[in-house]
Amino acid sequence: MADNVIELRGVEKVYGTAIKTKVLFDIQLAFEKESFNSIIGQSGSGKSTLLNIIGTLDRPSAGTVLVNGVDTSKLSRNKLAELRNRTIGFIFQFHYLLPEFTAFENVLMPVRIAGRPITPAVRARAEELMDLVGLTKVKDNLAMNMSGGQQQRTAIARALMNQPEIILADEPTGNLDSDTTEQVYDLLREINRKFKTTFIIITHDRRIAEKADRIVEIKDGRVNLDIRK
Amino acid sequence: MLSFKIAARFLKSSLGQTILIIIGIGVGVSVQVFIGSLITGLQKSLVDKTIGSSSQVTVATAEDGGYIANYDEYIAYIDSIDNFQSVAKIVETGSVLLYDAKSKSILVRGMDFTGSESIYDFAGKLTAGRLPAADNEVLIGKTTFEDLGFLLGDTFVVYMPPTTGGGTAVERTDVTIVGVFDFKVTAINDAWVITTIPTVRTILNVGDVVTAIETQVTDVFASDVSALQLATLINDDAIAVVDWKSLNEELLSGLNGQSASSIMIQVFVTLSVILGIASVLAITVLQKSKQIGILKAMGIKDGQASLIFLFEGMILGVFGALVGVGLGLGLAVSFTTFALNADGSPVVPLFIDPGFIALSALIAFSSASLASLIPAKRSTRISIIEVIKNG
Repeated sequence: MADNVIELRGVEKVYGTAIKTKVLFDIQLAFEKESFNSIIGQSGSGKSTLLNIIGTLDRPSAGTVLVNGVDTSKLSRNKLAELRNRTIGFIFQFHYLLPEFTAFENVLMPVRIAGRPITPAVRARAEELMDLVGLTKVKDNLAMNMSGGQQQRTAIARALMNQPEIILADEPTGNLDSDTTEQVYDLLREINRKFKTTFIIITHDRRIAEKADRIVEIKDGRVNLDIRK
Repeated sequence: MLSFKIAARFLKSSLGQTILIIIGIGVGVSVQVFIGSLITGLQKSLVDKTIGSSSQVTVATAEDGGYIANYDEYIAYIDSIDNFQSVAKIVETGSVLLYDAKSKSILVRGMDFTGSESIYDFAGKLTAGRLPAADNEVLIGKTTFEDLGFLLGDTFVVYMPPTTGGGTAVERTDVTIVGVFDFKVTAINDAWVITTIPTVRTILNVGDVVTAIETQVTDVFASDVSALQLATLINDDAIAVVDWKSLNEELLSGLNGQSASSIMIQVFVTLSVILGIASVLAITVLQKSKQIGILKAMGIKDGQASLIFLFEGMILGVFGALVGVGLGLGLAVSFTTFALNADGSPVVPLFIDPGFIALSALIAFSSASLASLIPAKRSTRISIIEVIKNG
């Protein structure tokens, strides 16, 4: 129990008020610290909804989500924002950088949001992350002037900036070509080893999923398979 | 400050749109500055032309033809009230001018030239000659001077019919013309004969009295208040304190109408500026909802997200106000520089009041900030999930 960084207890999700659609049914899941997990499932299976709930971006209709043993349903919006900022890094399918800022500024953004000053040490860390994702050369480019792969790698560096314990990734390579996909996964694995970061990655690519320590399959809003290596 | 930095960057990244909004606010502010300066200028010039060279609050006996003996006491009262800036004693009487078998009615005004000069500016209105220095020296109006074919140094008779002045007046007094004035008002140029106080006292055969005390005030629109204060101090039913406002009701209602229309224009301009900014910023929230969603996912708080739009409004307000003041002053200056009368005076008299301009700028800034409250509030409703789902 103690080394579960995320725990879901009886999580359910219903969308709609007039016509109710239940997308998640009584999910019981726990993710261990430093683990590398993948969630697979068909479109509409509820896997993205699940990830959003884990990431406190969405609230469950029933059940609770515990992050480091803290019941997130009891936290205010601002407390949740702080929790996300400190504990969780997100990598989305469509990279979601702020197009008005440069790659480097995007990477620094989580530190600024945390209200911490941009010290030389912080800059050095950001430089190091840019280097890790292989973007040192384009770090001063505006986000919109980079290729899809570069943007996705910038998003990864950004997700790592506050040294979060958890990284949630929703189809992080969804719109990348297969070579870049490989590169990005190798990078995520490396980060997992190097920084002991817990990864929960949604993918529809079985090949990729098989590289994870654990594969959870969601089918029709329920956990269908849970395989640990 | 993160929210400010993001706001500035959002505005910078869509520079074209930002400039357009700033120009929009600027045009609004410039109209306000220009109309405001124009109306104030018109009013000032109108007031100045109408009552600038006349008594604004006059103390006289309630019944015509009376005298005030204790005028020193009244002058002391006048001096005790802040708004009064100049005081002059007057001894005047209606009379008849006789010259070379011609006659005309005149108003002989004995003036104390130190006090009256600041009200009437005779020196500036002299077209020939000089001010009276000794008794029985007079200034006459341009019209009389020309009509009767006078020359400087000519003498005429001030005739008091035995029925005037209570029958005690001196019937015939010879006076010498030492100067000619032009008030640009025919009634005055035609009737006034200006001389020293002792001359008129001698004509009227009276002692140390005056017929009226004339004053000017600093704030002409508060003249009624000052007049009332003075009347209270004098506290004598036989004495009337009359202010220009009660004598110029039509002018006053015209001025009030102007002020009201000016305020109306300014209110509507401000309103349209507010609506413009609010609607543009509301669209900006939609444009930037993806970014706000990302920021929220990264842990930005609702308050900080709202501040982004508040700062956008403030930045737009500051630049809009600057552009507007610049444009407005530019318009004003070009009007006063290029639109001139034949004599070189501006067609549109503008009054540029730094206080008013600062106020216009402040109104623009506040209204832009106020308008941004709507999008600021909207931004808190942006759901991260919606943004992520819709890509």
